[in-house]
Amino acid sequence: MTTQHTTTPAPGTADTTTATAGPPPLPLSPDPHTSRTLGRILVGTGALTAFASTMLPWTWTSAFPGNLTIAMYPAGLQLLTLTAAVLTAAMLLATAGVRGLRWLTPGGRHSALLLLTLGNLAATWYTAAAIAVELGGVVNFEPGMWIAAAGTLLAAVGALALPTDLPADLPAGLPADADADRPAPGTRQGPPWQRLRRAVAAPPPGPAAPLPGWAEILVICAACAAGLYVFAYGIEAEGGPPFIGFLILAAFAFPALGRAGLPRRLSALTVAHRTVTLAATFAAALLFPITQSNEAYTNIAVSVLIFATVALGLNMVVGLAGILDLGYVAFLGVGAYTAALVSGAETSSLGIHVPFWAAVLIGAAVALVFGLFIGFPSLRLHGDYLAIVTLGFGEIFRISVQNLDGDSGPNITNGPNGIPNIPDLKIFGFDLGQPHTVLGFEVGRFGNYYLLMLLFTAIVVTVFRRSDNSRIGRAWIAIREDETAARAMGVNAFRLKLMAFALGATLAGMAGTVLAHVEFSVTPESYKFVHTAPPNSAFLLIAVILGGMGTVSGPLIGAALLYLIPAKLQFMADYQLLLFGIALVLLMRFRPEGLIADRRKQLEFHEPEQLGTPTAAAPGLGKTEA
Amino acid sequence: MTTTTTTPGTPAPGTGSGGAVLDASGVTMRFGGLTAVRDVNLDVHAGEIVGLIGPNGAGKTTFFNCLTGLYIPTEGTVRYRGTVLPHRSHLVTQAGIARTFQNIRLFANMTVLENVLVGRHTRTHEGLFSALVRGPRFRRAERESEERAMDLLRFTGLETKREHLARNLPYGEQRKLEIARALASEPGLLLLDEPTAGMTAVETTATRELVLAIRAQGTAVLVIEHDMRFIFNLCDRVAVLVRGEKLVEGTPETVQRDERVVAAYLGTPFEGEPGQAEAAEVQAAEEAEAAAHRDTAGGADAHPPDPADRRQEGRTD
Repeated sequence: MTTQHTTTPAPGTADTTTATAGPPPLPLSPDPHTSRTLGRILVGTGALTAFASTMLPWTWTSAFPGNLTIAMYPAGLQLLTLTAAVLTAAMLLATAGVRGLRWLTPGGRHSALLLLTLGNLAATWYTAAAIAVELGGVVNFEPGMWIAAAGTLLAAVGALALPTDLPADLPAGLPADADADRPAPGTRQGPPWQRLRRAVAAPPPGPAAPLPGWAEILVICAACAAGLYVFAYGIEAEGGPPFIGFLILAAFAFPALGRAGLPRRLSALTVAHRTVTLAATFAAALLFPITQSNEAYTNIAVSVLIFATVALGLNMVVGLAGILDLGYVAFLGVGAYTAALVSGAETSSLGIHVPFWAAVLIGAAVALVFGLFIGFPSLRLHGDYLAIVTLGFGEIFRISVQNLDGDSGPNITNGPNGIPNIPDLKIFGFDLGQPHTVLGFEVGRFGNYYLLMLLFTAIVVTVFRRSDNSRIGRAWIAIREDETAARAMGVNAFRLKLMAFALGATLAGMAGTVLAHVEFSVTPESYKFVHTAPPNSAFLLIAVILGGMGTVSGPLIGAALLYLIPAKLQFMADYQLLLFGIALVLLMRFRPEGLIADRRKQLEFHEPEQLGTPTAAAPGLGKTEA
Repeated sequence: MTTTTTTPGTPAPGTGSGGAVLDASGVTMRFGGLTAVRDVNLDVHAGEIVGLIGPNGAGKTTFFNCLTGLYIPTEGTVRYRGTVLPHRSHLVTQAGIARTFQNIRLFANMTVLENVLVGRHTRTHEGLFSALVRGPRFRRAERESEERAMDLLRFTGLETKREHLARNLPYGEQRKLEIARALASEPGLLLLDEPTAGMTAVETTATRELVLAIRAQGTAVLVIEHDMRFIFNLCDRVAVLVRGEKLVEGTPETVQRDERVVAAYLGTPFEGEPGQAEAAEVQAAEEAEAAAHRDTAGGADAHPPDPADRRQEGRTD
């Protein structure tokens, strides 16, 4: 990111005093210019204070998770405040038009700043509250905590005094007129809530200035590195306050960056350099186990990866072909059980041990057969009926496996006991169960499996991308859009839906073969329709919807969130499903296209005026921001 | 589109110039006790534009659905170039009959180009495997498909909108896109279900030009329409469907003059025509008013409106 300074003139961001500014939500002075100056001073002072406070101890005891007691050594939650403060300072300089930093805010300026300062306020004050609650009272604060709280509050107040960016849904002349004519802006702008909403709206970024190719590639790599860092921080954060603080800041910071227009710029770059992006993302993912010293975290990471891969497979069925499959986890189970049966576990009824590649092929093939077997009768149904039938088949799988125990049927699966003690994989003499040293870094058992699973994730990503953008993928989407019209255009709808269903099943089966080895054992209880922990059919579907249907990165991010949140916040296990339900309702209300919007979906759920016409405003944006 | 079409028929208008493309004989469609279409015979020859008209509920769209395999006719057979058509709509399209829908059924959330590419589905054969491998054959096929699709978009005047979502197109362009999508399957016969519904006079004229251009390329056209002026200006032959039965078939002139058609549309007068005196009275009053209007307006261009125009203005859909 830093390499851009001299090369980006950032058109259209130079003047901050033009008609693109509306009245501030909280004017500090009747004169808008004074208010803006005061606001900037406050934000700057606040950011600096917050930054300085992270160098001081926040509490006296290391009993609070993250050890916030050492001077000049920010740790745990202090790192969040530090990052947010640095970002705030950089963005403040960018909004003030400092040369070399203006690329930070190609879209909205003050809205991004406002969200960022609010996020820092929330995260820091949450930390203070957590310390006070866990250690018993504000007496446990060191001066640094007070300074941090004051600094973040100062910055947030200052950001509220900055003029709003021109919201996309307001006519261009209106805010400027209000600014000019009225001596006391803010008096006639509606209730505070609406003012705040207007203040966090932002216009889309203008077209990017051309960069040299190497700089664009560097930017992509830097973004991947940043992504890896954020993900690693999230995984490493201890359960409880540090993770919640991380979530709070992330919930504000990502929209803030979005308002600033950086993701749009980045996606334009990724479309231009697709191969580089894929390679950089893959490299970042490869590096992850090396950054980890603790096996517990790589264990989480490999589970996240399996869950995400299966979610991506489901996305092909649901997102592309529009088949609502509520029993998808059964195919994961088919793959896992098949691998368990043929991989030499002592309790396996087959008692054979085939090499891993053969186990993968057998697992995928058996899942394919199951997919065809279930899909053939049920895909003649549509909509709700199909969903109910797939839900039924999913449960039939679990109950059958539970009953094939020798009592109520032939003993194939050992019933509820499952198949334990699946031996670790040995590929070319490389024992995945033992830690190995790679380039001077030790990679443990889960690290090994993580790297193996990454290969399968890459396969699924490739299959998804290539089938999406082809004759078959277009036919799937056409069926999703209007099956009658698709058939009238010559698409054999049943055959193509069966193809999508079976392909999805195959990919899930493939992931299942790895899952069986990672988890040592398979039991029927892991493949329910709904359960408090992933993977289960309901969570897979939520991951797809939360992340964004029809995209590659959506389900991956959705799955990561859905896995990490229950894993990190075990104290709320009892309310987990309720909270997810509420979150899903809110998501459908405010962002129906999911966290990562398919370019098509983005146009579907929002008025085209808000986004600009696809050809004119964003020539670089592809169909999917994936 | 311009280079290869499956119909090498002569573009010369007129009946029977190139054998029957479509031959529907004795098509009957019953829904329970209701007979929607009863024993309809209709043939379309190569290079011909045939119109199908009839009052609302006459069974025109049902007949269309029987032709395209969406419905399986209770009785009767439909032949395309001599072979009996299967009762599966994708096979019908593959055989060479493409259609548009009365209420536009585009793939709303796909781009304009993608819509047309879906129309090419039956004329390309790259399966899932070749999509995953992405060999040179796949790329060539994709490129050719895209070129064909762009030809069609140029043909219908949508080439500047290729990356727009279909749902964001204006109404008239959505109709055009539906036609382009249907043409992408390289049909020998194009079935248009009310292509000018809800269009302005200018758009209707443009649609007529488009249909004539399609015929000039050798595709036969069967069109359902309520806009009489459009039908009579366009078609070589017109068939009238009333209550599921074919009433008349012939040249536009013959059909226009046929009393049974007028009766089917306007109803038969009662015995003794009791309303006639009143009708004459109203007409006289209208004429007087129009004359007065002409005097005050200076008589430049205030002629009484053409009945066909009036009919068009009255249409709401």
